Amino acid sequence: MPGRVGTVLPGLDVPAQPLPNRALLRDDLPLPEVSEPEVVQYFTGLSQLNFSIDTHFYPLGSCTMKYNPKVNDEIAFLPGFAGIHPMQPTEQSQGALELLYKLQGFLGEITGLPAVGLSTLAGAHGELGGMLMIRAHHLANGDKGRTTVAIPDSAHGTNPASAAMAGFDVVELASDKDGNVDLEALREVAGPNLAGVMITLPSTLGLFDTNIVEVCRIVHEAGGLVYGDGANMNALLGRVKLGDLGFDVVHLNLHKTFSTPHGGGGPGAGPVCTSNQLAQYLAAPVITETGGEYQLSTPEKSIGKLSGFHGNFGVLVRAYTYIRTLGDAGILSISGNAVLNANYMMKALRGIYHLPYDRTCMHEAVFSADLQKERGSGGLEIAKRLLDYGFHAPTMYFPLIVHEALMIEPTESETKETIDLFIQALIDIDREVTENSELVNNAPHTTPVARLDEARAARQPDLRWQPEAAD
Amino acid sequence: MTATRPDTTGHFQSHYIPNTTDEQADMLAALGIVSIDQLFMDIPEEYRNPTLELPAPLSELEIQRELGGMAAKNRPLSSGPSFLGAGSYDHFIPSIIKPLITRGEFITAYTPYQAEASQGTLQVIYEFQTLICNLYGMEVANAGMYDGATSLAEAVLMACRVTKREKVALVDTVSPAYSAVIHTYCQSQDIAVETVSPSNVVLNDETACLVLQYPNYFGNIEDMQNLIDMAHAQGALAVVSTDPTAMGMFQTPGHYGADIVTGDGQPLGIPSSFGGPFVGLFATKQEYIRQMPSRLSGRTVDKNGKTGYVLTLQTREQHIRRERATSNICTNEALYALASTIYLAAMGKHGLRQVAELCYHKAHYAAAKIGELPGYSLPIEGPFFQEFVVQCPSTPSDINKKLMEQNILGGLDVSEQVPNGMLLCVTEMSSQDDINALVAALSEFK
Repeated sequence: MPGRVGTVLPGLDVPAQPLPNRALLRDDLPLPEVSEPEVVQYFTGLSQLNFSIDTHFYPLGSCTMKYNPKVNDEIAFLPGFAGIHPMQPTEQSQGALELLYKLQGFLGEITGLPAVGLSTLAGAHGELGGMLMIRAHHLANGDKGRTTVAIPDSAHGTNPASAAMAGFDVVELASDKDGNVDLEALREVAGPNLAGVMITLPSTLGLFDTNIVEVCRIVHEAGGLVYGDGANMNALLGRVKLGDLGFDVVHLNLHKTFSTPHGGGGPGAGPVCTSNQLAQYLAAPVITETGGEYQLSTPEKSIGKLSGFHGNFGVLVRAYTYIRTLGDAGILSISGNAVLNANYMMKALRGIYHLPYDRTCMHEAVFSADLQKERGSGGLEIAKRLLDYGFHAPTMYFPLIVHEALMIEPTESETKETIDLFIQALIDIDREVTENSELVNNAPHTTPVARLDEARAARQPDLRWQPEAAD
Repeated sequence: MTATRPDTTGHFQSHYIPNTTDEQADMLAALGIVSIDQLFMDIPEEYRNPTLELPAPLSELEIQRELGGMAAKNRPLSSGPSFLGAGSYDHFIPSIIKPLITRGEFITAYTPYQAEASQGTLQVIYEFQTLICNLYGMEVANAGMYDGATSLAEAVLMACRVTKREKVALVDTVSPAYSAVIHTYCQSQDIAVETVSPSNVVLNDETACLVLQYPNYFGNIEDMQNLIDMAHAQGALAVVSTDPTAMGMFQTPGHYGADIVTGDGQPLGIPSSFGGPFVGLFATKQEYIRQMPSRLSGRTVDKNGKTGYVLTLQTREQHIRRERATSNICTNEALYALASTIYLAAMGKHGLRQVAELCYHKAHYAAAKIGELPGYSLPIEGPFFQEFVVQCPSTPSDINKKLMEQNILGGLDVSEQVPNGMLLCVTEMSSQDDINALVAALSEFK
């Protein structure tokens, strides 16, 4: 409504200064004209259209949608953290640097890879940094022919995309019948061209690769390095250190394992942990300490800067707070309960939903809806029907090597009662597929909108509001 | 349920983890095993259960004390006059933003892959895309990138894809941090990055793009039309990193014909937070849409004809295209895209113009006052917005130490680029008294 304002600003308290040449200035500024109550009501209303961890069970596989503690947010918003400038003299930010230094130490201890950089801003960003480090290592050894990176067929899409951005050619590694990396396939590519492999542990099948030590050995003997995608670290906290197994570079997703809120798609943080041998290549800056003073430092052969400043500090504060709150005993309790909950759920659904890899799972279980598909409803339909039961859908159709995949991750922060209700919902939906597959196939029925026309969205992209396009 | 230390059996009941030992026992019984350790037998025994040297758990009360103490060792911008900018700006943040973005429905939602359960987030992204287009005068904007630096680096990669060329001309008035990130992103891509002066830009038919910053790193407004026309004359794209606050009064890069416009959304309602999280802004022309990185939210209809929103054109992205994707980006900074959307809605047409004008007049007032001081000068001529370089009578780092004795946070030492140069930033957050205090303190150096 023309004339409405959403904020009142102070008047000018200095003499007005000459304006520049008119040609440099814009005439029109097409932004909203709304009052403050309208803004608050509008965005509150929008929020209520979302499922979220705070309102719904959110068993989205590979995303670790665990409870996000409120105290973490409160601490990150303290003026001494949220209100400090990244370029202010380091004497004025010693508390922030101390926190980052200690967080580097915690993450190094958890992964068994003691050199840690915190400047990468998301998981995929950490992958890019890690792969550039592997490239720098080979080039520093004069090893210019190592241009290939092998990645399992079960990997997240970010892995091949990051390897390609770091300048590598990607070859896909098959998985064997148990869901492990196929050692024969690995041996075929483990030669003078191999720069390294990117391995997710546990894999995206939710399985601990029982060949992992052998995988690392084969890669190292061929002169390659092992990159670890730490997206699934929630399963392994305190149970095993990736560095002990032979991983050389690992990124962690603080917005998964370390409870920082996902925010509807970020911010995240993707710290990179590595061995002392590769520490010199870490992206700048890293935090160092001398005589009780903390500094921002650039490692000797750093791949360079990957972000504007020092990393997603607000996210790093939350992760630090979380690790300090849980402590050694709590960290173990996370992985223990996450894996217990996933196996309990998997056992209860075994026989109703097909389990392509029927063995002890880690923090998540991957089912196939093949049995239901035969009766007329696939993974997509079952996932959408779960929304009507008040549960967020599992990850669907991923990993790509499982037909009609439903990847379910309950996390440690849900109650047994909720998990039991979720199991019952999946059992009920299986019955619905037999008795009334139309009900399932037309789901969801209770959400703010029904099934959306994605083909139309892609064919006639409407990506911003324009007055002439208004209904 | 209140214990915060492991009991004598080693059991620790965290307030974040509901399962009690009794419940664990029930679940283990359902699995036919007796201990959680049995679930981890796939881990080779020699590596299983390593020592874990982390501190003991803390209660919330203890956490607040410890972290409060660490926070208190830092100097917040709000504790005294502050004149530091250089890529992170201290602007007024309306109080509605924090309670809205910390609503659980926003902050604890995942990426909106499951559209029917994520209409709130998807509509916010659509609004964000709309507002960023309007701000920059561009046709299409994405859901956001990590920060201003990575946005600009990805724009450079995109320009190379669009033009199928591998040479980049980077103007030397672009932020050194942004330039460094461009170099990191290009190092493995066979892209040659050449630094050029804006007064002596030489391009050829191998140049993929000319990279500019608007206003530039030193606060000045370049001759945008001329520079962008020079890029186009060689078939190169013009890539412009643009401060969104300046868009409250200055002509848009779209008006000058820019092909890709990036920026950092931090000035739009996001606290400086030691440099992150911010949000990268990214806009381009319709014709280049399929080469864009990152997510897009599109408006469509559901099967009953009702308007709704979905993630669209996803065949550009890593989860579909894998190693052939336009970028590896997945998680971006959605929550801070939301903060910027709320900011732009609350500031609106009049507010953003007012903010820009307050910054402009206060900065020019300060520059004029400092320029009059004996020993100080303004070495760079031409129009500027809210930042400017002053040449000081002694080294800026020494002056900054003295300023801090009066609790004034001075400008950035840019003596590497300008002898004894200090880059000062004045926004609406500085009162006339603050500026006068700075001028008085500076006058003590001659």
